[in-house]
Parts: sequence; structure tokens; C-alpha cells
Amino acid sequence: MSTPTDYALEARGLTKSFGGFHAVKDVNLKVRRGAIHALIGPNGAGKTTCFNLLTKTLTPTSGQVLLDGQDITGLRSAQVARLGLVRSFQISATFPHLTCLENIRVALQSSQGTAFRFWRSLGSIKALNEPARALLAQVGLAGQEDTLATELSYGKKRALEIATTLALDPKVMLLDEPTAGMGHEDIAPITDLIRAVSAGRTILIVEHNLSVVSSLCERITVLQHGEVLTEGTYDEVSNDPEVITAYMGGVDDE
Amino acid sequence: MTRYALFALFAVLAVLAPFQIYPILLMTILCFVVFASSFNLLLGYAGLLCFGHAMFFGTAAYLSGWMLKHTALSIELCFILAALAMAALGWLVGLISARRGGIQFAMITLAISQFVYFLLLRAPFTGGEDGLQRIPRSALFGVFDVSSNVALYFVVLVFSVLAIALFYRIVHSPFGEVLRAIRDNEDRVESLGFQPERFKILALTLSAGLAGLAGAMKAAVFQIATLHDLSFHVSGTIIFMTLLGGLGTMTGPMVGAALIVLLNDELAQFGEWALIIQGTVFLAVILFFRKGVVGEIKARFWKPAKS
Repeated sequence: MSTPTDYALEARGLTKSFGGFHAVKDVNLKVRRGAIHALIGPNGAGKTTCFNLLTKTLTPTSGQVLLDGQDITGLRSAQVARLGLVRSFQISATFPHLTCLENIRVALQSSQGTAFRFWRSLGSIKALNEPARALLAQVGLAGQEDTLATELSYGKKRALEIATTLALDPKVMLLDEPTAGMGHEDIAPITDLIRAVSAGRTILIVEHNLSVVSSLCERITVLQHGEVLTEGTYDEVSNDPEVITAYMGGVDDE
Repeated sequence: MTRYALFALFAVLAVLAPFQIYPILLMTILCFVVFASSFNLLLGYAGLLCFGHAMFFGTAAYLSGWMLKHTALSIELCFILAALAMAALGWLVGLISARRGGIQFAMITLAISQFVYFLLLRAPFTGGEDGLQRIPRSALFGVFDVSSNVALYFVVLVFSVLAIALFYRIVHSPFGEVLRAIRDNEDRVESLGFQPERFKILALTLSAGLAGLAGAMKAAVFQIATLHDLSFHVSGTIIFMTLLGGLGTMTGPMVGAALIVLLNDELAQFGEWALIIQGTVFLAVILFFRKGVVGEIKARFWKPAKS
């Protein structure tokens, strides 16, 4: 039997009810350290709710969330971020009226203790510009330091958001549909980027695009009606008759 | 280089102005420039719409007026103490309201300001409906006589320049950067490991302090402090000034404040018509200058030069 800390992130009996409706019901999930793990399922399966429970954006009705074996169920999302679990958002979460450099620098300030210094000039955090530029270069945004985030294309906003998340050097990254709403030409670069930044980290990804899932993820958990339907590798999952029914027959149920 | 030239020009004009223009009018402009900047810090840089901002302005006017009248404190100490007291009040208001955003924040601040209004109406030291009258202009540092309008003008000018410098510094500080990020996307800031409400509380504290300084100066300028200073009318005026000048620009609300004070001064002769003309101007701004005066100028003339 493996020790609990083989898993970077773990959910135990996670349940969330809205009134009488169980959006997520008794979900057990173990994300192995260093893996890229996908959470998939038909529309309305509870993926986003589950995701929000893991990132502490929602509070579970019952169940536990563990980060490196430590119970984080009662913590707030800001505290969880400081422990190394950082999320991205389904809609690109940049700071539109800040420049790319400023977007990254805000995240870098998170570990600096400079953020309340209203009496200091921006020159006092000049030391952060170099790492910020390096992060921008890493995601292919070199030379865009002074561009306002709002002026970037959709794909580049995603890249900026990933760079912002990386600025916290998270142990675990949770990505909510990173390719949602993206044109074909943007998907490959983002997939490559996620693979590149996964080195030395654990990633849990909610994704609709199954080709992205198949090319990125070692392990896949399928949700249906808020419950875990099955878990396995892409080949195992994609040949599971129950999964096929869930996806094909899902139209009738919903 | 042009920037320094512009500063130098402003400095010369500021020094010469009181000998050409009625100093009381100039000081009114300065008070409202500081007040509008404090409001801009909240709305333009933290995304917080404070509907009761006059409570800091008006309460500070009472405090500074009372200190000038009933204590031996010199005028600069009265200003500073009133501003610090308002910073404390802002912190308190922040504790109550900062967890909320948007319209909830606006309504909570409005409710608190109404509460403060009636508290001061009933308080024994405010003179009730009459307010505080004949407020003296105590000596600067307890030594220099500043009872003349021109002398007081220079005191108000120095305080205003310091206040605007502080505003500029706050906006362009590590704190200001996080604050602007909160304005743009609060959830994201939280997911990066910050607690946004702490930043909003500090922003409200600083903003209230600046608004307090404006109110404290106003009491010395007009030598009167009344309930009007903390009425909803003043809270509304400051919103108008900010929108007229241009939200989200540093100078916009300052220009807006100056324009409204000058407009009111010009329109005073028309009596009731003043309000109608003001309303027409407001409508015109909303319809044709959505970014405000400075915002529109910036958008039309500065952008091509940048790219």
C-alpha cells in the first residue's frame, strides 16, 4: 500500500449539495505527484463544481480535500494558494488594464511581502522585473511586457494567465478548460505549453477536448451525474462501454 | 523634459494665482481637487464606489473646526489630526464593508454616512442645524499668522501638493499595483494568495485620510462647518466631478473638480438655473464624453503618439 503523500492532491468523499440536488456526490480522487490528471465528463457532470471544491472557491457539504496529505478543507483559497495549490479560470483571468509585466509582477509580489507598501515606488520592486520577463518569455510573450492584457489575443491571454500562475511556482496547478473557446490554431501551442510547464509539478485539468486529454494526460477520471464513473488511462477509459454510453447517450438523460 | 517644464509652469502659476484670482475660489478648487483624488483612489484604482464619501469630508470639517475654535493647536496640527481621525474612521468603515463589492459596498457606505450624519446632527459640539460658525484660522506652527486669505492659500497649497504627491505614490506603488489588479479581477487576486479585503481596507483608510484633509482645510477656508458638508449632495457632487474629469486617469478627477467649482462660481448669479445648467452639462458628458474630459483628450490625442 502506498503512503498518502504519493498523491499531491486527494479528495475523499467530496459532496456538494445545492438544496436537495447533489452537484457532486461522494467523489474520491487521487492525483499522483508529477502526473497530468484529467477530469472529464459530459455537460452537467459536475466537473466545474468539483474543480471549485478542490480550489476552495466552494465549500464542500461533506468530505475532505488533502494537499500533500494535509487537510486543506477548512482553508480559504488565498491560504491554499500559499501552500502551493493554484488554479486557473475557465474565462481567461488576466488583469485586463494592467500590462503583461504588471500581471506577472502582481503574482510575484504574493511571496514578497511588499504588497502593502503604499509609500514605496515601483522602483522598489524592480528586482521582480527580471523573473517576470523570464516567465513571459517562457510562455512566448517576450517583447509584450508593456502591452495591456486586454489587447492580447485569446490564446495569448491564456498564455499570460499560465505565466501568472507559474509565478507562484505552484506544486499543484488546477487548469479549468484551458482550451475552451479556442480556435484550432491556438490549441496546439497551449497544449505544448502545459506539457512544458508540467515538469516537476502536478496538474489536474478539466477539459472538453478529448484530443488534448489524450495527448497530455496519463490518468483520467470520468464524472457523470456528480459521481465518479471510472478512472484509468485514456485507452482504458475510452474503451469503457459505460463511458461511451455516458457520452453518446448523455443527450437523452439531460 | 516637457514634464518638468509643465511642473515648473504649474508652480509659477500656483504662486502667482492668489494675487490675480480670488484666493477663496482657488482654495475651494484645491480642497475639491484633493477630495476628488481621494475618491478616485477608491473608484478608479480599487473599483470601489463609495456613496457616502462626504462623511469623511464633513466630519473632518467639524473636527478641524472644533479644534481650531476650542483648542490652542496650530492650524497644521488641526489638519493632520482631522485627517488621521478620518483615516481611522475609513479603516472602521472598511472593516464593515470591504468584504462586499459593487452595489453592496455602495449601499453600506451610504448607510454608514447617513448614520454619521444623524450622529453629528445630535452631537453637542457641532452646533446642530447652525453648524460651527466663525472658525478662527490659528497660527501656523503656532507662530505665523495665516488669517489672511493669501497666507492661508499657501498653507492649503502646500498641503494639497503633499496630498496629491501621496496619492500619486500610492497609485504607483507595489500596493497600488495589487489594488489595480483587484479592481480588474478580485477572484484572481485571491487565487494568487492575497486577501483582497485587506487591500480594500487599506485603500479605504488612505482615501478617507485624504478626504479628511480636504474637509479639514475647507473648514479653515470658509471658517464654517455645517451638516451640508457631509450630506448626500456632496457625495453626489464628488462622483460627478470624477466622471466629468475622467475615471481611471490620475488628473481627470482633479480637472473635473476644478471645472465644477468654477462652473458653480460662474452659475451662482443665475440662482435656481444653476442646477438646470449643471444637469445639462452632466447629461452632455454622459452622452458625448463618456471617458470624461481628460479621458477623451487622452484617447484622441495621446494614443497615436504612443504606438
